[in-house]
Amino acid sequence: MGTKEIIAALHPLERAVLPHVKGSSRFSEIVAATGLRDVEVMRAIQWLSAKQLITIHEDVQEAITLGENGIQYLEKGLPEIRLLQHITGIATPLLHIQQAAHLSAEEAQAALGLLRKKGAIALSRGKEGITLSITAAGSQMLQRGTLESAFLAKHFPLDPATLHDEERYAYHELKKRKGILMVKPATIRTVTLTPLGEEVLRAGIKGEKSIESLTPELIRSRAWQQKTFRAYDVRSPVPAITGGRRHFVRQAADSIRRIWLEMGFQEMSGTMVQTAFWDLDALFVPQDHPARQMQDTFFLGDGKQVLAGTLPSFAPAVQAMHEHGGATGSTGWQIPWDRHTAAEVLLRTHTTVLSARTLTKLKSFPAKFFSVSRVFRNETLDWKHLFELNQVEGIVVDPDANFRHLLGYITAFFTKLGFSQVRVRPAHFPYTEPSAEVEVFHPTKKSWVELGGAGIFRPEVVVPLLGKDIPVLAWGIGLERSIMDHLSLTDIRDLYKNDLKQLREIRQWMPPMDIH
Amino acid sequence: MPTITLNKTVLESLLGKRVPLPQLEKSISALGVGLESITKEGIVAEVFPNRPDLLSEQGFVRALASFLGFRTGLRHYPVTPSGHQVIIDPSVASVRPCTACALVKGLRLNEQRIAEIIQIQEKLHVSYGRDRKRVAIGIYPFERITPPITFRALPPQDIKFRPLGFSHEITGKEILTQHKAGRAYGHLLAGLDKYPVFVDAKGNVLSMPPIINSHETGKVDVDTSDVFIECSGFHYSVLRICLNIITAALADMGGSIHSLELRSGRKSIISPDFTPRKMPLSLQYANARLGLQLTASDIRQYLARMGHGYQGKAALVPAYRADVLHQIDLVEDIAIAHGYGNFQKEIPRGATAGREEPFSRLQAMLAELLIGLGMMEVNTYHLIRRAAQGELMSSTISPVLLHNPSSKEYDSLRAWMLPSLLEVLAGNTHHEYPQHLFDMGTIFQRGQSETGIVEQQHLAVALCGEHANFTAIRQALDYVMRMLGIQHQIIGYEHASFIPGRVGQICASGISLGYLGEIHPLVLANHKLEMPVAALELNLNELFALLQKSTSSLP
Repeated sequence: MGTKEIIAALHPLERAVLPHVKGSSRFSEIVAATGLRDVEVMRAIQWLSAKQLITIHEDVQEAITLGENGIQYLEKGLPEIRLLQHITGIATPLLHIQQAAHLSAEEAQAALGLLRKKGAIALSRGKEGITLSITAAGSQMLQRGTLESAFLAKHFPLDPATLHDEERYAYHELKKRKGILMVKPATIRTVTLTPLGEEVLRAGIKGEKSIESLTPELIRSRAWQQKTFRAYDVRSPVPAITGGRRHFVRQAADSIRRIWLEMGFQEMSGTMVQTAFWDLDALFVPQDHPARQMQDTFFLGDGKQVLAGTLPSFAPAVQAMHEHGGATGSTGWQIPWDRHTAAEVLLRTHTTVLSARTLTKLKSFPAKFFSVSRVFRNETLDWKHLFELNQVEGIVVDPDANFRHLLGYITAFFTKLGFSQVRVRPAHFPYTEPSAEVEVFHPTKKSWVELGGAGIFRPEVVVPLLGKDIPVLAWGIGLERSIMDHLSLTDIRDLYKNDLKQLREIRQWMPPMDIH
Repeated sequence: MPTITLNKTVLESLLGKRVPLPQLEKSISALGVGLESITKEGIVAEVFPNRPDLLSEQGFVRALASFLGFRTGLRHYPVTPSGHQVIIDPSVASVRPCTACALVKGLRLNEQRIAEIIQIQEKLHVSYGRDRKRVAIGIYPFERITPPITFRALPPQDIKFRPLGFSHEITGKEILTQHKAGRAYGHLLAGLDKYPVFVDAKGNVLSMPPIINSHETGKVDVDTSDVFIECSGFHYSVLRICLNIITAALADMGGSIHSLELRSGRKSIISPDFTPRKMPLSLQYANARLGLQLTASDIRQYLARMGHGYQGKAALVPAYRADVLHQIDLVEDIAIAHGYGNFQKEIPRGATAGREEPFSRLQAMLAELLIGLGMMEVNTYHLIRRAAQGELMSSTISPVLLHNPSSKEYDSLRAWMLPSLLEVLAGNTHHEYPQHLFDMGTIFQRGQSETGIVEQQHLAVALCGEHANFTAIRQALDYVMRMLGIQHQIIGYEHASFIPGRVGQICASGISLGYLGEIHPLVLANHKLEMPVAALELNLNELFALLQKSTSSLP
C-alpha cells in the first residue's frame, strides 16, 4: 500500500492518535493529549503498529501507580477538598461538616491539618466544639484546584523521571499520605514513529472528510459523491457472532441418512417401547440369553411388576422356532418358550426390531431399508457409556443376496462416511449367520476400530416374519462411535450435554468432500 | 463375555508346532474369537457365547490346530461302557429334573491341572450355564464313591453333609445361609420344598446342585485318577453338550471316557454320547448364501478345518459343538475357513428407489423454519428424572416409569418435552442470552397399543431472554403455521407451568395441537432461572395428519 492508500484507510481513532506521537511518546502522554479513553488509544496504537506506522516499545520499570485510597480519591475527590467544599464563611461545627462530606474521623483530622497548613480555613472553639470557616485562600484553592488533585488525575503508571517541578512537589506530598500512591514495577509503553509514519504525517492526515458509515441520508442526498469512503483494513479481525443451527449429532445423522437414501434404501421408523417379543424373541434371542437380564435392558413397570403387552397372531410360529426350529430344519434352542417372558414391555435395545417389523409388512423384493434412530441400554452414564444411543440399521431383502453383497454395501457406506478401508471378522449374534464384526481403518488413529455388526438373518428369524427363507442382509452400526473422533470428542457424554457454547462453536458436520 | 488366557509356550506344545506371533494373532481372529491381547507371554481371547467348547485350553487348541491345518477333521472320542448306573428318582421332576453324567478314568492330576479343571467348570457355569441356572456342573473323585449313584430330591432339613470348605456337617437348609456358595446361588432353590442331591449307594451325599459339593466325596485332589462328572439342569439337550465339552477336555488331558447308564423309571440313556450329529448340507445353499462357487471337495476341506466331518452330502458335527442348529451354521463355518478377508466385495445391480419417511421431511422443514428465526436445536434424552417433569414444572403428571432404572436421575420416560428444554436452560445460565432453543422428540403416555404405551412426536420451543414473552412465542408459532399453510387459533387455557392468563391452547380444524405461553416464575425459580421464558409444545403427529389432509406436497 502506498502512503495515499494508508491514509485513506486510517480509522478515526488512528487519525486522532498519530499526530500526538511526537517522535517517541509515552502511552500516558498520548492519552492525555488526545483526551481519548485508554482502550481507544490502545486499539489505535495496535492498528498503527500493524500498519508499521509506529513501533511500540514495552518496558517494565519502577512506576508510580494509584493505591487503594488513590483510586477512591480519584473518584470522590481528596478528603481536604471534600471537607473544604462543605465549609462556608459562617463558622460551622467540624462534626457537621465531617458528616456532610462523608469523611471518617481519621480522614477529617488529616484534612484539617492540611487545610490549616495552607491557611485555607479559620478555626475557633465554640459551644459545639471546634467550628470552621473558609478563608480567602481557601476559596481560591477551591476555585483553582490543588497540585495534588491535578496529579491524581494524571495517567498512571507514571515514570518518576518524567515529572516536572510542580508534579514532583505533588508526588512527594501525596506519597507521605497513606495508600494514595505506590511505586512498583509496571509496563511503560513508548510509541515511536517509523519513517513511514513520519511520511504519512508529513503528507497530512487531517482534513480528510471521508465517510465512516454509509447512511440512508448519504444515499438519498448523493452527498457521498463529493466525499471519499474511509477504506477499512479488511485484513483485521472482527468480533465473532453465532446463529441458530441443527444439533451436530442430528447433522451427522442426517448426513448418514442421506448416504442410505442415495444408495436406494427406504427409511423405517417405529416405536421405542416394544415387547420383548419383537425386540428379542422374533430375532431368535433365546429366552435365557444374558441380554434379557435386567442389568442390560430397561423394562417398563413399577419396580414390582414389569408391564405386559400383547403378542401378534404369528407368535406360535416364533415359539416353534425357539423350541424345535419348526420346518426350517433347525433344532431350535431345545428349550420351552414362554409367552409371558415374550410379553414383557421394554425400551428397544436395537433398531433391528424395526427391521423385524418391516419384514412382516413386506410385499415385494428386492427391497432395502434403513433407519438411524435411538436405542436404549441399561448403562450408568460415564465417559464411555450412554443409556441412549443412535443405531444405524440396514437390511437388504433379496432372494439373490449373499455374503459378498453384505460386505459390498457396508464398504460402500463407510467409504462415503470417510473410512475407505473396511474389514470384517467372524462374530456372533443370535439372529444372524454368518455374522461379522465390522472394522474400519481409522486414518488419524492409524488403527482398526470396531464400529458395528453385520450378518445374514437366520432362517429361524426370517421364516416366521416373511413366510419363507429369503436372504436378508442386516447390519447395525453405532452412530456415536462412528462420529466422535470426527468431532474431536473423547467423552461420549459431550454429544448430548447441550452446552450452548459448544453448540454455538462446534464445527459443522461435514461428509468427506473428496469422495463422491 | 468370558475370556480365556493361554500361555504361548503351552499353546505351542499342545499344537505340536511353533507358530510365529503375527500368524497366531491373525488365525485366532480369523477363527472367530475376539482377540483381546497377544504378547510373547500370554494370549487373552474373548470367546463368543455360541462357542463354549473354546472355553478350555484343550478345546481352544483343538479348534486352532484344525484351523491351522495341523490336525483337521472330526476328532474321535472313544467311549467304553463302565457298567455303572445313575438312578434318576422321580422326586427331582419338579425340582431339577435332568442330569447328564460321565466317567473319565486314568487322569494324572497335579495342583495346576486341578486349577485348570475348576477354571473350565467356572467359565461354563458363568456363560453356557447362565450362572448355574441352566447348567450346574459337578466333578467328583470316583474312587470315593460307591455306585450306583442316585439323583433325588429331599426336604432341606433331611439333607446332611459336610460342604466343601467346612469342618462339619450341616443341613441343606443351613447351607443356604451359612455357606458362601449357598448365599450366592441359594436363589436358584428359592421356594422349593425339596432340594436335589446326588447320593451314592452308601447313602453319602456327593453334592447338592446347583450349590455345593461334599467335602468328603466331592473334592478332587492330586491323588484322584478317576472322576465322575455330572451336569444338572432342566433340558437334557443342553446338559449333554455341556457334559461333552468338559468330558472332551478331560479326555484331551489324557483321560479315557467311560459311559454310565442313566435310569429314569423304565427309560434308560447311555451317557455320554459322543456320536457326531449328522447335519444335511446343501452345496447349492452354501454357495448361494456366500456368493462362492465351491465344490464338494472344497466344502470337505473347509469343514475339516472347522473340526467337522463330511459324508454323503451331510456334515458330521462334533458332539461338543453347541452352535450348530441349522445348516446355515455350517455355512458360517465354511465362510470362516474360506477366510472373511478372501471374499470379493460386491454391490449387486438392480435398482431400488430410496424413500425418506415423510415425517422426517416435516421435521426437517420445521427445523429449517426455526433455525431461520435464529433458534438452536438441542438434543435431549427420552429418559428424565421423574421430579423434573412433575414437581419442578408444578405439574401433577404421572409418567411411565422404568422398572429397573440404573440411576435416579433418569427414572421415567418423558410425557412432555418442555421439562427437557428447561433443564437445558438451567444448565446454561452462565452462557450468553438470549437462548432460544427447540427440540423434536418422542413422548410417552399410557394408552391403547400392543405395549399399553402410546408414543407421539413433539416439538418444543423455549425462548429465554429479557424479551421472551407471549407475543414473541406466539409470533414464532404464527410464522411456522403460516409457512406450513395451516390456519390455527389460540384459545384460553389453563396450565400450572405457565402464568395464568398468559397461556393458550393451539387449535386447528377443531383439534388441539398443543399450548404456548409464559412460564410461571415459580417454575423458573425451581430451575434457578433469572430470565423469563416463553415456550410452546406442539404435537407433530397431529400437525402431520393435518398437513396430509390439507396438502398434496406431502405424500
